[in-house]
Amino acid sequence: MGDLRTEEFLVNVGPVHPSTHGVCRLLITLDGEKVVNIEPHIGYLHRAIEKVCENRTYAQCIPMFDRFEYVTAMSCNYIFSAAAEKLAAIEVPERAEYLRVIMLELNRIASHLLFYGTTAMELGALTPFLYGLRERELIIDLFEMTCGQRLTYNYIRVGGVSKDIPEQFIPDCRKAIKTIRGKLVDYEGLLNENPIWLKRNVGVGYLPPDLAIAYGVSGPVLRASGVKHDLRKDDPYSIYDRFDFEVACRTNGDCYDRYRVRLDEIKQSLNIVEQALDGLPEGPIKAKVSPNFKPPAGEVYTRIENSRGEMGVYMQSDGGKKPLRVKARGGSYNQLQVLPYFGTGGLIADLVAIFASLDIIMPEVDR
Amino acid sequence: MIWPIAVGELHGVFSWLYSLLESTGLPQPWLDIVRYTVLGLVVFGVLCLIALFLVWWERKIAAHIQQRFGPMRHGWHGWYQTIADALKLLQKEDILVDTRDKMVFFWSPIICFVAAFLAYICMPFGDKLIVADLNIGILYIMAITTFTVISLLMAGWGSNNKYALLGGMRSAAQIVSYEVPMVASILVVVVFVGSLSMVDIVQAQSGWFTNWFIFRVPFGPIAFVTYIIAATAEANRTPFDIPEAEQELVAGYNIEYSGMKFAMFFLAEFINGFTVSAIAVTLFLGGWHGPFLPSWVWFLGKTLLVVLLLMLFRWTYPRLRVDQLMEFAWKFLVPVTFANLILGAWMKYAGWYW
Repeated sequence: MGDLRTEEFLVNVGPVHPSTHGVCRLLITLDGEKVVNIEPHIGYLHRAIEKVCENRTYAQCIPMFDRFEYVTAMSCNYIFSAAAEKLAAIEVPERAEYLRVIMLELNRIASHLLFYGTTAMELGALTPFLYGLRERELIIDLFEMTCGQRLTYNYIRVGGVSKDIPEQFIPDCRKAIKTIRGKLVDYEGLLNENPIWLKRNVGVGYLPPDLAIAYGVSGPVLRASGVKHDLRKDDPYSIYDRFDFEVACRTNGDCYDRYRVRLDEIKQSLNIVEQALDGLPEGPIKAKVSPNFKPPAGEVYTRIENSRGEMGVYMQSDGGKKPLRVKARGGSYNQLQVLPYFGTGGLIADLVAIFASLDIIMPEVDR
Repeated sequence: MIWPIAVGELHGVFSWLYSLLESTGLPQPWLDIVRYTVLGLVVFGVLCLIALFLVWWERKIAAHIQQRFGPMRHGWHGWYQTIADALKLLQKEDILVDTRDKMVFFWSPIICFVAAFLAYICMPFGDKLIVADLNIGILYIMAITTFTVISLLMAGWGSNNKYALLGGMRSAAQIVSYEVPMVASILVVVVFVGSLSMVDIVQAQSGWFTNWFIFRVPFGPIAFVTYIIAATAEANRTPFDIPEAEQELVAGYNIEYSGMKFAMFFLAEFINGFTVSAIAVTLFLGGWHGPFLPSWVWFLGKTLLVVLLLMLFRWTYPRLRVDQLMEFAWKFLVPVTFANLILGAWMKYAGWYW
């Protein structure tokens, strides 16, 4: 038996692997089943969005920005428009702000529903994936009804929104809210108390709050670690200060809490959408903005709370009709960055669970 | 009039064939060779059909649980979809990795496939409908189904792929661990019947359905539940499907297999699922006993119900982690099954049963 020895070995997870949510590549060192080291390699989805924006007018940039984070393309639309509006000091009509909030929150719900499905699938439960997508479809249909697109909307424009909502939107939206509320009970019944689900998630992948803050982690991942930080409350943008909602927050910082925080957020977002539908005023939907408007020279940083954390745009203008420099910040980048510091030590199955619970999406990382 | 015979008692067909064979005047050893070859081919054909049916059925059940239709295009509710799939796999290029271990890689799917079928040699499909009633029947079945683990380990090693190796090692650890509680659950029944023969076990459950071993409280139901759990693991199905955990190991041990070699693993997996269900039916659910309908219909119906149970597990539960799986086997299932075995043996000794 003296000759027996074990060796660590390197496994290349990705760029095409079922559980890497796109094209993330993780070089993991394994000791048997145990993960010793993780080395994320990024850049497989780099499309130079920031650079391309420098050669386009502000209005032309928005369809590019749809692709920045295509699961919540509304947020991308909004963040770019908001930055340009701040730069050019454009006043957005009230109705447009309400429509924006409705769309942003619906998109957040859609994103979290997708998370629900994919996370369950990473842990081997294949059925919740289709349930999550089924309810997501209701929201996608609402978007399609409004702007004709299902994934990359190009709906929120500089100065407002591109189209007013159709007549059918409000009743359909209320119906969708009611359906999703009902289905959430099913979702929670399916997984929340499931002993296998608890075994796989509770206590797995503990992210300490100080580590999370040190690496700039934000969004549901940060809130699951016990830091109650939500830009909708702490630095209200658009008209979020008018709505009554709670910030979902839990304290254990493990995979299970990250999952629960997102489900709680869906409920809060449903409340916000309902309030916005109730308070939706009449009026114009877009400020008068020239397609080739030239904001004065200067720089601006805007940030919003996206479903994957803080999404921000830094924009610089030299007074021309094209931005001088655009820099986008996505929450996924920081979450991937912190992964090697708390994801090791578990088994390979834990790594999959942790990766799923961070809800990383690669276009946001690579841009 | 073949039809009434087939609907009534299927073995009539075989005895008629056998008498036909005897009338040719061949010497006895030749007769046996011909007889067992024919029987083997019949069982093989029937099982292939069952496997194809199970693939289709699983897809339909999964689809309906997930609120979609599943295969619908080919035939009524896509009934020949799996046949088309099997034909497609037959025609596919057999992609071979250069770095494979040639012998191991080649033999692995064959061992898996053959071992899956060999278990049916002493499976009582119906009244007198059995290829060979071995006096060590259940022991033989347990031994031959464990061959699967060798083939999976071979597949993992021979592929020369890290994912495959991890999958192979996992399956070896898992199947060997779950073999213990599985056998301990089965032993309860064996202790009661006093025989390892499958036919004897079925005969011991004749009469009213309360004679089934699942209704012999308290040890019967416990043994059945522990058996089903261990059998799910044995058949590599969710929540115990870690050897091929798609999200972790991509496809596990069969990652490098394609074409017909993959189809052999795939079919063997479904046959194994059917085998463990058939054993459950034989041991706990009265085998082919049942009123009115022919015995083989009862056997098939009950087995499909148990398969349905396994499918419901698969499409409901998440997957366990490898260490939790081991913990569950050794710290929970093994003590429970052994305690149950002692309880059953004691009740048998004391005569406290009916």
